[in-house]
Amino acid sequence: MPSSTERTRAHRAPQRPGDRVFAGLSTGAGVLILVVLAGVAAFLLTEAWPALVAPAEDIPGGEGVAIYIWPLLFGTLLSAFLALLIAAPLAVAIALFITHYAPRRIAQALGYLIDLLAAVPSIIYGLWGIAVLAPLSVEPSEWLAENLGFIPLFAGPATSTGRTMLVAVIVLAVMILPITSAVVREAFRQTPRLHEEASLALGATRWEMIRMAVLPFGRSSIIGASMLGLGRALGETMAVAIVLSVSGGVTFNLISSGNPKTIAANIALDFPESTGIAVNTLIASGLVLFAVTLLVNMAARAVINRRREFSGAN
Amino acid sequence: MAKRIEVKDLDIYYDKFLAVQGVSMTIQPRSITALIGPSGCGKSTFLRTLNRMHELVPNARVDGKIFMDDEDLYGPGVDPVSVRREIGMVFQRPNPFPTMSIYENVAAGLRLNSTRIKKADLDELVERSLRSANLWEEVKDRLNRPGSGLSGGQQQRLCIARAIAVQPGVLLMDEPCSALDPISTQAIEDLMLELKSDYTIVIVTHNMQQAARVSDVTGFFNLRGVGQPGELVEIDETTKIFSTPSNKATEDYISGRFG
Amino acid sequence: MPTTTSRDQGPDLHTPLNAAPLTHGQLPRRAPQSVFLAALVAGIALLLSGWNVAAAAIVAGFGYAVVVYAWSRAVEGPRKATDRLVTAVVTGAFLLALIPLISVVFTVISKGAPRFDDQFFTYSMRGVVGEGGGAYHAIMGTLIITGLAALISVPIGLLTAIYLVEYGRGKLARAITFFVDVMTGIPSIVAGLFAYALFALIFGPGVRMGIMGAVALSVLMIPVVVRSTEEMLKIVPNELREAAYALAVPKWRTIVKVVLPTALAGIATGVTLAVARVIGETAPLLVTVGITSSDNFNPFDGRMATLPVFSYYQYVTPGVPPDPALNRAWTAALTLIIIVMVLNLAARLISRLFAPKTRG
Ligand SMILES: Nc1ncnc2c1ncn2[C@@H]1O[C@H](COP(=O)(O)OP(=O)(O)OP(=O)(O)O)[C@@H](O)[C@H]1O
Ligand SMILES: [Mg+2]
Repeated sequence: MPSSTERTRAHRAPQRPGDRVFAGLSTGAGVLILVVLAGVAAFLLTEAWPALVAPAEDIPGGEGVAIYIWPLLFGTLLSAFLALLIAAPLAVAIALFITHYAPRRIAQALGYLIDLLAAVPSIIYGLWGIAVLAPLSVEPSEWLAENLGFIPLFAGPATSTGRTMLVAVIVLAVMILPITSAVVREAFRQTPRLHEEASLALGATRWEMIRMAVLPFGRSSIIGASMLGLGRALGETMAVAIVLSVSGGVTFNLISSGNPKTIAANIALDFPESTGIAVNTLIASGLVLFAVTLLVNMAARAVINRRREFSGAN
Repeated sequence: MAKRIEVKDLDIYYDKFLAVQGVSMTIQPRSITALIGPSGCGKSTFLRTLNRMHELVPNARVDGKIFMDDEDLYGPGVDPVSVRREIGMVFQRPNPFPTMSIYENVAAGLRLNSTRIKKADLDELVERSLRSANLWEEVKDRLNRPGSGLSGGQQQRLCIARAIAVQPGVLLMDEPCSALDPISTQAIEDLMLELKSDYTIVIVTHNMQQAARVSDVTGFFNLRGVGQPGELVEIDETTKIFSTPSNKATEDYISGRFG
Repeated sequence: MPTTTSRDQGPDLHTPLNAAPLTHGQLPRRAPQSVFLAALVAGIALLLSGWNVAAAAIVAGFGYAVVVYAWSRAVEGPRKATDRLVTAVVTGAFLLALIPLISVVFTVISKGAPRFDDQFFTYSMRGVVGEGGGAYHAIMGTLIITGLAALISVPIGLLTAIYLVEYGRGKLARAITFFVDVMTGIPSIVAGLFAYALFALIFGPGVRMGIMGAVALSVLMIPVVVRSTEEMLKIVPNELREAAYALAVPKWRTIVKVVLPTALAGIATGVTLAVARVIGETAPLLVTVGITSSDNFNPFDGRMATLPVFSYYQYVTPGVPPDPALNRAWTAALTLIIIVMVLNLAARLISRLFAPKTRG
């Protein structure tokens, strides 16, 4: 990091032309990023505008933009939250296993492996979901419908295609697992050795040490990582688009043939075939998705940054 | 119950690296034993074998025997967790748990050992430990504030309170004052002299005056040579070590002549 | 005020504490392993008696945890038992999470292998119905579009990082840092819509071009490049800069000649990883570049094929019979995974081979 002395020097020094050009260029690049981000919002708004002001009958579905987007938003939130519910505890377990349970040498290799898996393109998770997981899910879904049908999530009747919200949720969970656990792992790895040893010296077992020193230290990172994962799940397109291709309105039922679609998947499925106001409507839905993920990510950043200030390292 | 510790012919390894060789000593109960010696000669390493913290380093191991009141600490079936309960430790840098209050820090070890402890009893034990650590008067009004908000010296006394709250038989201290100012150091030294009547205390220190001031027995560690393992050169009454040591190397070290 | 500990006063709480002996009951050395074996045998027995794999595994795993916990609790006490239970749960959760991840890789390799042949890499889909055909056009398209995206993102990202580390201060720098973080969270489909909206305003609705895809990918790539470059520039020791200033080298030349070369390996690693991240993106290309079955290597003229979109369309619109198209979809996926893995390994290699300038 540049020191303050260097900065004051930069102030006093006579500005050479080369310096001025270079400083201008790099400042310009930084500003460009802000412009691009503003542009994303502005252009989306411009292209969404016709749909927002169009009469309700012109919107696909014939009942206006809000009615069009609402089930999609519902599906987006439902799938992302459920995926997070599955992924977050597993991510913590993976992070704990790699940092505190696995033998050192294996641990490093496992870390690499998980990082590699984080880079696997989402289309591949989608193909895997439809080709492998969907057929596998049929039998358990029937069992769930029969035995746990009283829970709204499993009300059934189970489909025989396996193209259900349940499968989409599991695929999403698998997808966000590597990135979520990588963030948590970094936090756990940075637990001060001092605090771990303090608890061990009090006669704590490994789990008690983790509960005393590791988890409290990593708490805000776990929250931040979960929200990053949530952001990914909200915006994930292809995996859901491949698994769920038909829409069936607002329902909590995860295993029937009528599933809510997600905003992102709906755009991917309908955009290539759409023209006119339908395109504007899809862009409007994209704007909603943008807003939601923006909120989630800003919250995640705020939590993670706060951790830096309150970290135990002194 | 203060315990006696007996070390017999101990070799300490980090993987294949022999860090300390052939240590034998007896540590008497209700006394303060100081370990001195140049940097890197294995004082911390040795201290951490006494409560089996050493084995937390991957592939670290020991050869030889350590007895605490005739119980072999490294015997078959001995649970290192129980050993650490019985032998408390205070570290070089104060390390209260940052996410816990002062009260919770002191209670941390107690909660581990008995889950169904009554609130009133816990309060009493926390107070007693803080009093023993000479910290009660300074913190009694802010027990629920974070422990990391205290001064360095107070934090170190908090760590001592935390260690003695579980009533160990032995207290190990690895340079407990090296991060503190002279006044806090004085407070810790006074505290050690008070705790001596209940505990066996082993302290590693680079401060020769400190060893002379507080300890009853002093052990001098030295490297046998460059690249060679550390060893216990001599151990004796502190007064003897600092007046008429029997080994030339010890004399050189305490009088400030090296090599 | 009592200054010495008075162990014999007050509640008699230390007695139960001190009564804990050093040796207490311990499970035999191989206890967890034996229980694990038993659980495995039980699981296989269930499997043979007609249970489904998942159910048998769940019952066996659950049984293992219960037996270890109960046994340990009886012999070693509740604390140790909880410790063992958590170990079992953590390990179990880890293995559980590994199953789908391994299954993904295995599926792609086994299903993608049959068409992993010469023809796949040398033919396009022009006029192909059923068997045969290849993804040459899509592979080229992916390389062109990703290359363009890198061409746009790397200078912007690099300069922004330089601004943040060497010049940035005050509100602007903080705003850029924050929004770069926010930008990493933009859903890829939104980036695609942005590029579409931008070009639709200029060229009219329905426009499709390779460059649009590159712009969309840049939106995703820039924040990654900024972040990784920033990290690398920050670890360049300040003494190096001051040494250069002391020789009266102007600041911009110091950055170009001293700072950047020192951080070069790290920056190259970051850029490679950023490329790996966007090369598999499907959604933004779907809405900006579309798909075509013949060669089009001009990013400023109409639809292009790209590997991920190719894989997607082969899978969802296979035609009759479906198998040849499905096979092509999987082989495209396999190719994609291989590209991503190679990029990741290359990144690791770069940082391993060229990095040790600043770190040991
Ligand atoms: N975790 C470790 N792995 C490998 N070797 C170690 C480890 N910790 C210490 N050593 C080595 O063991 C030897 C003794 O180190 P130790 O820390 O015990 O010395 P010390 O006497 O406490 O020194 P100081 O006075 O500086 O604290 C040194 O050679 C050191 O390099
Ligand atoms: Mg030391």
